Amino acid sequence: MEQAKLTMLKEHANNIRLGALEAVYSASSGHPGGSLSIADLLSYLYFAEMKVDAKNPDWEDRDRLVLSKGHTAPALYAALAEAGFIPKEDLKTFRQVDSYLQGHPDMKHTPGVDMTSGSLGLGISAACGMALSGKIRNKDYRVFTILGDGELGEGQVWEAAMFAGHYDLDNLCAFVDWNGLQIDGPIAEVMDSTPIDKKFEAFGWNVVMIDGHDLDQIADAVENFKATSGKPTCVVMKTVKGKGVSFMENQCGWHGSAPNKEQYEQAVAELTANN
Amino acid sequence: MADKIATREAYGNALAEFGEKYDFVVLDADLAAATKTGIFRKKFPERHFECGIAEGNMMVVAAGIASTGVIPFVSTFAMFAAGRAFEQVRNGIGYPHLNVKIGATHAGISVGEDGATHQCNEDIATMRTIPGMTIINPADAVEARACVEAAILHNGPVYMRFGRLAIPTLYDASTYKFELGRGVMMSEGKDVTIVATGLMVHKALEAKELLKNEGIDAEVINIHTIKPLDRDMVIASAKKTGCVVTAEEHNIIGGLGSAVAEALSETCPVPVLRVGVEDQFGRSGKVPPLLELYGLTAENIAAKAKASIALKK
Repeated sequence: MEQAKLTMLKEHANNIRLGALEAVYSASSGHPGGSLSIADLLSYLYFAEMKVDAKNPDWEDRDRLVLSKGHTAPALYAALAEAGFIPKEDLKTFRQVDSYLQGHPDMKHTPGVDMTSGSLGLGISAACGMALSGKIRNKDYRVFTILGDGELGEGQVWEAAMFAGHYDLDNLCAFVDWNGLQIDGPIAEVMDSTPIDKKFEAFGWNVVMIDGHDLDQIADAVENFKATSGKPTCVVMKTVKGKGVSFMENQCGWHGSAPNKEQYEQAVAELTANN
Repeated sequence: MADKIATREAYGNALAEFGEKYDFVVLDADLAAATKTGIFRKKFPERHFECGIAEGNMMVVAAGIASTGVIPFVSTFAMFAAGRAFEQVRNGIGYPHLNVKIGATHAGISVGEDGATHQCNEDIATMRTIPGMTIINPADAVEARACVEAAILHNGPVYMRFGRLAIPTLYDASTYKFELGRGVMMSEGKDVTIVATGLMVHKALEAKELLKNEGIDAEVINIHTIKPLDRDMVIASAKKTGCVVTAEEHNIIGGLGSAVAEALSETCPVPVLRVGVEDQFGRSGKVPPLLELYGLTAENIAAKAKASIALKK
């Protein structure tokens, strides 16, 4: 893509990372690792792809995004703040008792959240329902969903994969955040969900493998999805958990723990240096 | 009384009938012939979606459909709707309060020969714990038809409980008016209140006749909407008679009996005896002997009514 666009998307991705960390740091709770690994994708979806309107978040014909890996809500909220759906200062209220920013996404209280999620495996099913509804009513919106690689252990993911393949949901695009780590360790040790591409292919999906931090590759994958008819698309994104913060990268321990003040300041310094 | 009809049959017919008037879709999990959504499918094949044997996915697919403004009816057996898919119903439908209508069939012991794995005696209990979930357990085919339309007109998740067994029709379809959340006074009395739901309503009416022979005047209330419960009607009746018996084709834990006991213990504590499956699993068999074996009979309701009267202060 052209340099100006790339620079713009990188800046948004960086701000999403900063916002997600601010939320988790303020709450002293949350999931930074998997939030950082999907920041580039969220930047692309909100600032280069999805038909959404921050002033009219419930617009009927909008594209939908279901964060099936709902624990990475900090990244979603940061993206929504970056895109103007919610005030940026509200990120500080994440997980507080009087906040609308719940620990996992809540569609009833957060503008721009298209589906409540957090219980793993459910989001992709909801995305299938949205896509089916669009098809039967001849709507041209698209549905995007983001899954974790550990989440693929949930049997319901494969029920949904079978459903999407059966109904030829070519308006559905699922991204798998293949960062290789889940709570208890590397997926290869805990429960190996690979080969992810072959599994989705076997369920009748169009599958693309990319580097999930390369915005050009994300753009190509989305174009591939849009050009594919008759089957849903799965984009398997190789990513780095904790991407962008040196001491969080590829560290299992940063799945669900918050940085202390010193760590937070270092993370902000590293990310700010990128801008 | 008119012909016997199963409430599941009335459900399928109602979907096909109201499919003309209202815009909704129907999902099923490879049980359309049994749940009777197949009746709807025959008429509106383009609005019926088979989900295969994957109830958890089906529930959340329905949630996704509902989020786009379309009403989905979702059907499978009660065991799989409220049991297997409980968490999907709770987190996928209940928590976001999505406009999904669950038509669960084959509830209770009257499933018969299939036995314990398919006899769901706990669905009311699990569904009652979901905030904002409306639960309807109709007593006959007329009420089953009416509750389908009420579910369409209600904005929010609804769990409807239908049976496999053909049961007597109690109401006149031309005059019966269904009010969501309102009990139906079936027969007034002064000595004891029988609060029944589902197929136990006609057994409660039979019990009233048995009691009449012994000089006892029982009041019979049909609670079709178990949540929200018509507390006003139950409390007023309990205040009048001073003792209560509940009757349901469900575990005595967590169902109608619990709901009534909870309401009365908080407002006017009176004896409440419960007729239901007494915390046991079901078993295979023909339905009449099964209902006898588990005490789901007019005779047992009458016996419990007398015991409840004896406990009055």
